Amino acid sequence: MTDISLPERLRGAEPVRSIRTFARLEYAYTPGRAASRFLNQVTNKRLVGQRCPVCEKVYVPPRGSCPTDGVPTEDEVELGQSGTIVSFCVVNVPFMANLMEIPYVGALIQLDGADIPIMHLIQEVPYDQVHMGMRVEAVWLPDDEIGPTLESIVHFRPNGEPDAPYESYKDNA
Amino acid sequence: MKMRDVAIVSFAQTHHERATRELNEVEMLMPILSEALAGAGIGKDRVDFVCSGSSDYLAGQPFSFVVTLDAFGPWPPISESHVDMDGAWAVYEAWVKMQLGKVDVALIYAYGKSSPGDIRRVLSRQLDPYYLGPLWVDSVALAALQARAGLDAGAFSVEDMARVAAASRHNAMSNPYAQLSGEVDVADLLAEADFVAPLHKHDCAPVTDGAAVVVLAAGGAARELCDRPAWIRGIDHRIEPHALGARDLTTSVSTRLAAEHAGLGAKPVDVAELHAPFTHQELILRRALGLDEDVSVNPSGGALCANPVMAAGLIRMGEAARRISSGKADRAVAHATSGPCLQQNLLCVLEGD
Ligand SMILES: [Zn+2]
Repeated sequence: MTDISLPERLRGAEPVRSIRTFARLEYAYTPGRAASRFLNQVTNKRLVGQRCPVCEKVYVPPRGSCPTDGVPTEDEVELGQSGTIVSFCVVNVPFMANLMEIPYVGALIQLDGADIPIMHLIQEVPYDQVHMGMRVEAVWLPDDEIGPTLESIVHFRPNGEPDAPYESYKDNA
Repeated sequence: MKMRDVAIVSFAQTHHERATRELNEVEMLMPILSEALAGAGIGKDRVDFVCSGSSDYLAGQPFSFVVTLDAFGPWPPISESHVDMDGAWAVYEAWVKMQLGKVDVALIYAYGKSSPGDIRRVLSRQLDPYYLGPLWVDSVALAALQARAGLDAGAFSVEDMARVAAASRHNAMSNPYAQLSGEVDVADLLAEADFVAPLHKHDCAPVTDGAAVVVLAAGGAARELCDRPAWIRGIDHRIEPHALGARDLTTSVSTRLAAEHAGLGAKPVDVAELHAPFTHQELILRRALGLDEDVSVNPSGGALCANPVMAAGLIRMGEAARRISSGKADRAVAHATSGPCLQQNLLCVLEGD
């Protein structure tokens, strides 16, 4: 590539190495029918999944379709408030500023009656005692603070039951 | 190289509307995916390749196009691709892949919900990030600059533009999927206030939420799945420079070149479905394609009557193919555009046999 010859008055100018152009766009997010029904039930402290009519898998949070069969999932199934830890990680980096004291545990929890896990925090137990198969239960915000969001569940904590057998969650482990 | 015969064998689209407030993209797509498969008389197990067209900027969610695959059902893993373009370009990708011989049946879908954001600002994000992007020039303002250039050059008049609007809405009366339709008087349209001068509201496509699905099949599979396949006899796309100042906005060189390479001129066409989101753009396209007076242009009402961004070009292909498969037309041309002021253009020539 040949050098560009600049006019005399620009020859000493410092090259522009980068520019910053700020962009802001606002959106009104449409959760859709399936997610709306799920979130509305969260305000009643109920966790409701949807069952695929073909493979009978129960999805939570439901998105209205089965990714295996590509069909609508309209059959609603109320799930337990407890579930089984199918995987977890111990977080040692302060991603969430000072909101969470590190180390803390994020886990995939297969709610009773569901076929796929949701992700949530595990608290009220030392981080090094968290393990696969551990039985946990939802801890909800006070009633007057509950809204249509999974943040209405503060975290999950051990519910005192013996560990679930591996067979019961092996598809998600 | 001997080209493989590929045809559009099925087409489905949503009932287009200003805002589908209840449905997310997956819920919007699922019914028409089923409808398109049923139209070809097949299940998803017959589909060898899925290709989609959409833009995450519309939903405002990164990787929303991956989430939307749930509408088809991508598990166990499927052969799949995506273009951040109108679904017409997804057809092009699938057609190329089908030429390689491994794919006999391909499903193409495209969707766009413009309602979550401000579509005019969203589309400004496709401008170059150094000069035009920071100015937030919106899509209607750029089209208005183009219309002004055409009017000043004597390429068309505001009356010509209003006639395009009236004809589109008249045609859309026979299209149950259209968002706008009806008998309107050109004089009444011209009496309305300017929107973004010289454009009136009627010169601009409506803001639309909608989606479309097309099934492609090659050779014997096409004959098996459709009584009268709409064979793709030529397909080509061309692009013009990003810098608007480097282009002559009153003509469309890329459309003319794509048409030449798609073999449009070999024989007359009965139908032309042109993706023109603004009235003056239809006039520019008609001239670039050299269409005869007796060609039926946008019998569906075109993008001026329903403009789901990222799907409106694919719908032109589906509408043209539908007229061939039903026997109403023997030869048709479908056009899709992308970018500001007709920057990029795709032409697809379809024939029945
Ligand atoms: Zn299923």
